[in-house]
Amino acid sequence: MQAKQYIRERFFPHMWCAGCGHGIVLNSLLRAVDQLGLDKNNVVMVSGIGCSARISGYVDFHSLHTIHGRALAFAAGVKFSKPELKLIVPMGDGDALAIGGNHFIHAARRNMDITAIVMNNRIYGMTGGQFSPLTGVDKNTSTTPFSNIDNSFDTVELATAAGATFVARTTTYHVLEMTALLKKAIEHKGFSVIEILSQCPTQYGRKNKEGDAPAMLDHFREMTAKADSEKIKKNPGLISRGIFVDRSDKPEYCEQYEKIIQKAQKAIKGKQ
Amino acid sequence: MNKNIKFVQGNEACVEGAIYAGIDFFAGYPITPSTEIAELLSRRLPQKGGKFVQMEDEIASVCAILGASLTGHKVMTATSGPGFSLKQEAIGYACMAEIPCVIVNVQRGGPSTGNPTHVGQGDINQARWGTHGDHSIIALTASNHQDVFEMTIEAFNLAETYRTPVILLFDEAVGHMREKLVIPEKNEIPIVNRLRTALKKGVDYHPYLPREDGRLPMSDFGGDHRYNVTGLLHDMWGFPSNDPKVVKGLLHHLNDKISNNIHRITRYKEHYLEDAEYILISYGSSARTAIHIAKNRRARNEKLGVLELQSLWPFPKEMVREKCRNAKAVLVVEMNMGQVLAQVKACIDRPETVFLANRIDGELITPSDVKSILRVIQGRGV
Repeated sequence: MQAKQYIRERFFPHMWCAGCGHGIVLNSLLRAVDQLGLDKNNVVMVSGIGCSARISGYVDFHSLHTIHGRALAFAAGVKFSKPELKLIVPMGDGDALAIGGNHFIHAARRNMDITAIVMNNRIYGMTGGQFSPLTGVDKNTSTTPFSNIDNSFDTVELATAAGATFVARTTTYHVLEMTALLKKAIEHKGFSVIEILSQCPTQYGRKNKEGDAPAMLDHFREMTAKADSEKIKKNPGLISRGIFVDRSDKPEYCEQYEKIIQKAQKAIKGKQ
Repeated sequence: MNKNIKFVQGNEACVEGAIYAGIDFFAGYPITPSTEIAELLSRRLPQKGGKFVQMEDEIASVCAILGASLTGHKVMTATSGPGFSLKQEAIGYACMAEIPCVIVNVQRGGPSTGNPTHVGQGDINQARWGTHGDHSIIALTASNHQDVFEMTIEAFNLAETYRTPVILLFDEAVGHMREKLVIPEKNEIPIVNRLRTALKKGVDYHPYLPREDGRLPMSDFGGDHRYNVTGLLHDMWGFPSNDPKVVKGLLHHLNDKISNNIHRITRYKEHYLEDAEYILISYGSSARTAIHIAKNRRARNEKLGVLELQSLWPFPKEMVREKCRNAKAVLVVEMNMGQVLAQVKACIDRPETVFLANRIDGELITPSDVKSILRVIQGRGV
């Protein structure tokens, strides 16, 4: 694959720190788009605010860098007004699940054909390392100087309960798996969520003594296992990776609305 | 003559105006007293092949219309006080990213939850400065249903012309009152459609490079030109920039495109204004009271007239100054604590001759409310 085919060189160098996992996500995402053979004119990438959100500017698709937490609401407007477009919405953990939590659960409930990528580095990186709803109890951040007492969401459970019709999880260590899952998420008809554990050595890693980027990647390998694998059965404390929801029984929103248009127009004709 | 005559609420007149202007996308959230706009459009839009969506909150509604505008659609959302507050960040985004859209605020009593089912005009300053940072905005208003219809069309036209959000500041009394509306034939009122770039595929398109006339041709998302839209200060490609020259240039462009065209944007009506010694300045439902008084006083040969403002932002300073030049006194009639009063005082030659007749208790301002102030100003006792 020619990565240059999909990036805006004018926009580089990117603003991510050395060792940041978000570049790995960008790489896998472009591979997924390339392997799916998507027409760049048909892809719209919508993002919010944060380190993760900058990904939309680097790609040569239609790109909409919006306001904090609202990427999915903007994406709903783009998709609903022009359903033939492919919507990819990369978000950080704070962007997607704190300030954007309401839009996240309602997007899942509505089931519009949008792919949401939660790039979970468990921290607000751009503002200097404050805790997010995915940081975890007992972790250290710049706003929990005496350790964190805030409980976490489980992105997969939340998305599943809210009605997302495709839910998956992987990490930046598992790059080939990431590409394969992103392909499935993008191809899925309906609201798809893929959580990608991504390392932030500058903020989260440093504050929690997890070492440099390679050490954090190694940690992703150790702390996760494939869903339903022998390894996870023996070690229930590990985080499972893979596909958790993949259903086609729930109708897609834009397709349903086409039926509403037909009903509305039939009612007018009936009157005439 | 085959005019379509209706007996409707003001909110319905707004919907008719939006349909006439070519709306094809609406996102909203229920809130009194604007809800009828969403209800009516949930029926009308799919009938014409357009899209209606009720979002999860006020913020999502305004964000959704901005997304839909970028795919080339004419978009609107409608709300009232608290919802208007919630939408402010996204309105600033629309200013910065120059996304055409119409935002209706059917005003109720404020602040906070306030007086939801009663009339108010307390959001005039919020319409101008609700979102942070130096920015420009256009806000229109109307006092009767024919004007609600026409100002709604104007709002869509101005949004497309200047690539800006346009606020429609109606109020509860106009929104819920019923009166006659005549819907003109197609093409009787000119419609401004999206200005799209003529650049072919492969030619470098600059989404944020104004033409000589200041307008910026757009390209729909999904089309041949792929570009970046951001709320960050940006260059002509839409790429984020903090280069001081780019920052200053963009801020000037965003503000100048409105202020340089104030004479083209200004909308107003004169009622008995010629040779008037006393001028009532008003807008929205309170203008109806002012016009009623002027009509009666003229019958008694009293030189009193009304300047009815239909565009509140950018505030038509020169026009107001000119019209009031020979007035003995100016009385601003409004239902807030003097928001337009402050603008009038700031722009006319003798601010000491400007007075306020207002009402802020949720009731429509009556002729006797205004007449009691007028008596004092005219030196006819208390």
